Amino acid sequence: MFQHIMAPVDLAHQDRLSHALKVTADLAAHWGAKVTYVGVGTATPGKLAHNPEEFKRLLGEFAAGQAELHGINADAHAAMAHDPTTEVDDALLRAVDATGADLVVMQSHVPGLMDYIWPSNGGKIAAHARASVLVVRG
Amino acid sequence: MSDSDPQGIPAPEGRADLIDTDYEIGQDNIETSIGPFGLDIHNPVFLISGLTIVAFVFYTLALPEQAGRAFSASFDFVTQRFDWFFLSAGNIFVLFCLMLIVTPLGKVRLGGAEATPDYSYVGWFAMLFAAGMGIGLMFYGVAEPMTHFSSAMGGIASEGGVRTDWAPLGGAAGNEADAVRLGMAATIYHWGLHPWAIYAIVALALALFSYNKGLPLTIRSAFYPLLGERVWGWWGHVIDTLAVFATLFGLATSLGFGATQANAGLNELFGLPVGPTTEVLLISGITAIALISVLRGLDGGVKVLSEINMGLAFLLLAFVLIVGPTLAILTGFLDYLLAYVQYLPSLSNPVGREDVNFLQGWTSFYWAWWISWSPFVGMFIARVSRGRSVREFIIAVLLVPSLVCVLWMSVFGGTAIQQVIQDGYTAAQDAPLELKLFKMLDMLPLTAITSLVGIVLVIVFFVTSSDSGSLVIDTITAGGKVDAPVPQRVFWCIFEGAVAIVLLLSAGGLASLQSMVISTGLPFTLVLLVMCYAIWKGLRAERRA
Repeated sequence: MFQHIMAPVDLAHQDRLSHALKVTADLAAHWGAKVTYVGVGTATPGKLAHNPEEFKRLLGEFAAGQAELHGINADAHAAMAHDPTTEVDDALLRAVDATGADLVVMQSHVPGLMDYIWPSNGGKIAAHARASVLVVRG
Repeated sequence: MSDSDPQGIPAPEGRADLIDTDYEIGQDNIETSIGPFGLDIHNPVFLISGLTIVAFVFYTLALPEQAGRAFSASFDFVTQRFDWFFLSAGNIFVLFCLMLIVTPLGKVRLGGAEATPDYSYVGWFAMLFAAGMGIGLMFYGVAEPMTHFSSAMGGIASEGGVRTDWAPLGGAAGNEADAVRLGMAATIYHWGLHPWAIYAIVALALALFSYNKGLPLTIRSAFYPLLGERVWGWWGHVIDTLAVFATLFGLATSLGFGATQANAGLNELFGLPVGPTTEVLLISGITAIALISVLRGLDGGVKVLSEINMGLAFLLLAFVLIVGPTLAILTGFLDYLLAYVQYLPSLSNPVGREDVNFLQGWTSFYWAWWISWSPFVGMFIARVSRGRSVREFIIAVLLVPSLVCVLWMSVFGGTAIQQVIQDGYTAAQDAPLELKLFKMLDMLPLTAITSLVGIVLVIVFFVTSSDSGSLVIDTITAGGKVDAPVPQRVFWCIFEGAVAIVLLLSAGGLASLQSMVISTGLPFTLVLLVMCYAIWKGLRAERRA
């Protein structure tokens, strides 16, 4: 049914992604779909990487690790943003087009008060992406 | 600080000359949440700078007279005793930048040999210009050339062997042509190469140590060659806190004065009452727009506003150029440039000057002011300059804005001066500082429209300073992380407006704090001199790669 799954990941908070990563791998195995793990990075040095090249390398290693762990076909795509705090959604939406994915599986928190003011990334992607979007809670 | 760490810049490995440090960006940060608000703040820079700012505001409010005296004494001490130091340092910065253009060090690319620029020339230039001096151009564009022209015409006067006049150099008593040239040369000196060299040094140091060396985007990183790993300890905390302090108070005082000036313009145009209520409303309005801008981020907010601003400013410039004395302005542009070159050696001479009032009251004041703004403007320029070569960077940050300033001053100041000389119209000459621009526009067609554009520009220039300033403070207080949670930048943006309002409502609060901000120019001059050394050392390591 789906051939190409895009899985947005925040490498700085991998511990919070376990549920979505498992769902992604299960769906990929079920349909034999390819998975592209997408990370949003920036040019300035951050907690994870000193520069964009290092960020791309880390993301690639993460994708390879997931492929081996779950026995799926996976690669990585680094989306760059000038101001990641406010531009994650736009960067991810561009990545949906760039990867040509037909399904996005992403983690999102349980909505709270602040989501009325700042909608979650998952909510914005679901509202604007052309591909199908599965938002995984918890 | 002489025992510099020999390991500061390790031998380059591969094409990116990363500094080998165990420090992980964000390792000192506290990640928590207060209610629904997520936080990711540097410990202790966020708390110390926030609390110090609150303490200073309370001190100024509780003991206004004592604070006023203390701050103005420190201001006099800094600008009068250290005038030679500011002028010499300014000259060093310009020469250092020019040296970078012509030496092979200029070939180094910020962000690595194959990095590509993040922004187009238009967007990049608009942002660095809007953050750098937009608002000053609006107010001093007419005011400063006019003031120097008038004082030069007045000639020199002395009492007990000390000059009491405000004329630059030897003045030009009664000689109109010479007074114009001297007045314009002095103005260009204050707005041309020197201030932009100050910004370029800070911006280049931050961009180099962040994009090429992999250190966090915060002021302390430029001290790595000197302090080594100690830069992550208290030395670094002090440097970053000082930068936050200068940026927030610099912005708050400017916001306060800007509101006063915009109020004067609105009063002139629409008869809006002048007073604290209008000013508080203006600051709140400016802060609200800045808030929307920071929420929309660098590309969706700050860049868009900067480009709108550049477009409007260009339209106003073109309008005055076309309907004003076009020929006189165009010939003046070249003549003023020549006058600048001609007078530059004497204007920038740091010792043995007789024009003490001009030297200390104008030049020394400006240099301290530019330097105290440099952490903010420099850091913002660094944020948007990845992918440029050092040579391209210096030319764009130093030479292009300088030329635009000359053009701006020639058009606005030149038109106002021609109104005095040719038409005997002295309203702009006689008006208070904040009204000179509007009085000059009075003599041109479509006054209502151009004055309105003038006020809009003043306000939007404040928004672009306020939003970019909030992003800069947010990054410094998050230990160099640019992806800190949104509520943090909202906090700084509102805090900045609140400090401006509180100080505006207290008598003399803004003026005395401005004196203090300018006093921070002195320690920052040392910071900038260290940065020159750091840039030189850092670029040499890059070359070997």
